[in-house]
Amino acid sequence: MAVIQDVHGHGHDHPTGIMRWLTTTNHKDIGTLYLCFSLFMLFVGGFLAMGIRAELFMPGIQILEPEVFNSFTTLHGLIMVFGAVMPAWVGFANWQVPLMIGAPDMAFARLNNWSFWLLPVAALLLITSFFVPGGAAAGGWTFYPPLSTQGGMGTDMMLFAVHILGMSSIMGSINIITTILNMRAPGMTLMKMPMFVWTWLITAYLLVLVMPVLAGAVTMVLTDRNFGTSFFNAAGGGDPVMFQHIFWFFGHPEVYIMILPAFGVISEIIPTFSRKPLFGYSSMVYATASIALLSCFVWAHHMFTAGMPVVGQLFFMYATMLIAVPTGVKIFNWTATMWQGSMTFEVPMLFSIGFIFLFVIGGFSGVVCAIVPIDIQVQDTYYVIAHFHYVLVSGALFALFAGAYYWLPKWTGHMYDETLGKWHFWLSMIFFNLTFFVQHFLGLAGMPRRIPDYALQFADFNMVSSIGAFGFGLTQLLFVYIVIKCARGGEKAADKTWDGATTLEWTHLPSPAPYHSFETPPVVK
Amino acid sequence: MNGSKLMAMLSGLVAFGFYSGAAMSSKYNLPEPQTPIAQQIYDQHILALWICLVIFIGVFGVMGYSIVKHRKSVGYKAANFHHSTIVEIIWTAIPVLILVAMSWPATKTVIEMKDTSESDITIKATGYQWMWGYDYIQGEGEGISFYSQLSTSQDQIRNQAPKGEEYLLEVNNRVVVPVGKKIRILMTANDVIHAWWVPALGVKQDAIPGYIRDAWFSVEKPGVYRGQCAELCGKEHGFMPIVVEVMEQEKYTQWVADKQKSASAGVVNTALVASGSNKN
Repeated sequence: MAVIQDVHGHGHDHPTGIMRWLTTTNHKDIGTLYLCFSLFMLFVGGFLAMGIRAELFMPGIQILEPEVFNSFTTLHGLIMVFGAVMPAWVGFANWQVPLMIGAPDMAFARLNNWSFWLLPVAALLLITSFFVPGGAAAGGWTFYPPLSTQGGMGTDMMLFAVHILGMSSIMGSINIITTILNMRAPGMTLMKMPMFVWTWLITAYLLVLVMPVLAGAVTMVLTDRNFGTSFFNAAGGGDPVMFQHIFWFFGHPEVYIMILPAFGVISEIIPTFSRKPLFGYSSMVYATASIALLSCFVWAHHMFTAGMPVVGQLFFMYATMLIAVPTGVKIFNWTATMWQGSMTFEVPMLFSIGFIFLFVIGGFSGVVCAIVPIDIQVQDTYYVIAHFHYVLVSGALFALFAGAYYWLPKWTGHMYDETLGKWHFWLSMIFFNLTFFVQHFLGLAGMPRRIPDYALQFADFNMVSSIGAFGFGLTQLLFVYIVIKCARGGEKAADKTWDGATTLEWTHLPSPAPYHSFETPPVVK
Repeated sequence: MNGSKLMAMLSGLVAFGFYSGAAMSSKYNLPEPQTPIAQQIYDQHILALWICLVIFIGVFGVMGYSIVKHRKSVGYKAANFHHSTIVEIIWTAIPVLILVAMSWPATKTVIEMKDTSESDITIKATGYQWMWGYDYIQGEGEGISFYSQLSTSQDQIRNQAPKGEEYLLEVNNRVVVPVGKKIRILMTANDVIHAWWVPALGVKQDAIPGYIRDAWFSVEKPGVYRGQCAELCGKEHGFMPIVVEVMEQEKYTQWVADKQKSASAGVVNTALVASGSNKN
C-alpha cells in the first residue's frame, strides 16, 4: 500500500463544481463521466424502445405514425450502439485500465477529456433531431442509401452526430492503446495482463481500423445528400450496394467492439468468484485476437440477400461459421474455470452466468443466420432482431451490469445492496427472455423487422414481447436506484472486496481508489 | 437458493426443448415449404436446431453440475488447474467438424438457388414506394404488366373497422404463375431498395435501383402464398405485401388470355380517346 498518495494532496489548484468535470484530466473522473453519460443514453434509447413496443403491442396503428415509428427504430439503434454500449465500455476502460496495469493515469489526459466532451454534443444532435422539420432520421440505424438520401435535416444531424461519435472513439482508442503499450507497471509483460486489458487492447485496434471507414461512408452520404455527388446513386453512376459493403466493413467489427470488452469482464469475474485461475489464459488471448481478425472478413454476411455471386456467398458463409470456433473456445474455457472451483454467487457472478447462458443462445442463432439458405429466410425478420438482442443486451449489457456491480465497491468505497442487486438480475433475466425469445418465432413465421403494423398471426407473440419489454425497461430503474444508493453510502467495502480477486486494483489499492493512484508503479512478479 | 438456481437452469432447458419440439407447428417455425429449395432450407434449419440443442445440453449440463456441486456453500475446495493443451485442441477441432457437417448441405443449396438458367417464365418485379410492379417479359403471358398494391383499407389499419383475415397481406393484383414451371424473377427498384420475399417459396432478394438481381422458384401445389417487403423502404414499408397465386396450367392459360384481352381493350380505349381528342 506504499504507493498510495493522499486524496487531497493535489487539491490546491483543483477546480470544483462544474469546472471540475469540464476541465478534468483525471481518468477516474472521465470514467465516471462516460459511465453516467452512457447510463443516461441507455434510458433515452430505452424510452424509444418502449415507444416501439407500445406501438407493436397490438395490430393497427395506435400511437406512432409509420414515419415516427421508423425514426424511433433508427434512433434506438444508433443511441444504444454509439451512445450507450460503446461509451460505457470506454468508461470502464478509463477507470480500470490504469488501475489494472498499475499506471497513474491514461497516456493522453487532455485528449481523454476532449474525447468525452464530444459525446454530449453528438447526443444533443441526435435527440434534438426529433424536433426539426421532417423529424429525425428514419432510414434505419444502418442508413442505407438511397433511402437515407431522402430524409430531411434530421438525417444530416444524425450523420454529423455519427461523425463526432466516431472521432471520439478513435481518440479514445489511441489513448487506450498508448496507455496499455507504454504504461504497464514493471514486470507486467503482455502475457501477464488481465484479460479485460487484453480484450480492450484488441478492441481499440479494431476501432482504429474501422472507425475511419465509417467516417468515409458517412462523408459520402453527406455529400450525396448536400452537394450533388453520386457515390451511392445509380442514376449518377454510383452503387447503393457499395455503401453496404463499406458500412458493414465497419459494422461487423463494430459488434465485436461491443462484445470483446464484455468477454474481458466475464473473464475477470468468473475466476474471482470461482476462486480459481482462468482456465486457458493464453488460449483466451489468442481466441480474442482471432475473433477480432476474423470479424474483418465476414461483413457481407449482412448482405446475403443483396445478391452476390455463389463464390462470394460461400466465402462469407464459411468465414462467418468459423467465428463460432474461437467463441466456443471462450465458452468452454469459462466452463472449465468454474469446474471444481469454490463458487459463490454474488450479483456480478449471477450476471456473468446469465451472460454466458444467454450469449450462447445468441451464438446459436448466429450460426443459424450464418448458413446462407436459412439466412435467406430470416434476414431482416424478427429472428435477426432476437439474435442480436441476445448478443448485445444479454451479452454486452449484462456484462456491463456484471462489471458495474463488480467494481462499484472499488469506485465508491461502499458495498451495493446485494438483495436489490439479485432482484435486478432475476427480473432482468425473466423479462429479457419474455421480450426476445418469442421474437425468434415471429421471425421464423415471417414477420419482417422495422414495420409499425403486422398481420394478425403475429399478434399474440408481439403482445408477450411488449409486456416483457415494459418489464425489462422498468427493472433498469432499479439499477439506477442501486447505483445512487451505493454512491451515497452503505456498508464500507474492504480493500480487497472479493476474496478471489487477483488484479492490482484489489491487491494494491484501498477502496475507494484514491483520486491519484499508482504514482509510483507497483512491481508485478 | 440452490433450488432456485437449478430451477432457472432447468426452465431454460425446457424452454429450449419446447422450441425444438414445437418446431413442427408453423406458428413457431418457418411456413410449410412449397418449393424444393424452401424444403431444403426447412430441413437444414431443423438440423441446425438439433445440433444446437445437443451442444446446449452438453455445455450447460456440465456447467449446471458444477454450479450445484462446486460451490463454497457446500464446502467445496477449489482445485488449481488452469490449462490443458490437449483439451484445448479437442474443443477447437470438434466444433470445426460440426461446422463442416452443417455447411456441406448448405453449400449445395446455395449453388442450386443461384441457378436461374432455363426458366419457363421470366417476370420482372419492380419495387416502388410503396407497391410492386410486375412485367411478364418471357414465356407464356409475355407482355402482361400491372401494379400490385395493398388492398387492406385504411379503416382497418386505423382501427376503425374490424381487421380481415388477410390483414396487410392482401393485394389488388396478384402475381399469377402456373404450377411446376420454373419461374425466374428479376428484381429491381425505381426509388430505394426494397426486397421481394415470399417465405413459403424460399425466395428473398433485394430489389436495388439501377441494378437487376434474380431468383427462381417452382411450385408443385396450386395455392396462394403471401410475403412482404423485407428491406426498409420508407414510411409504408410495412404496407407493400407480395401475393403469389399458383394455378393449374389450364387456368393459367385462361388467366393470360383474359389479361391480354383486357390489356388490348385498354390500348384500344386509349387510342380512341387520343383520336377523339385530336378531332376536337
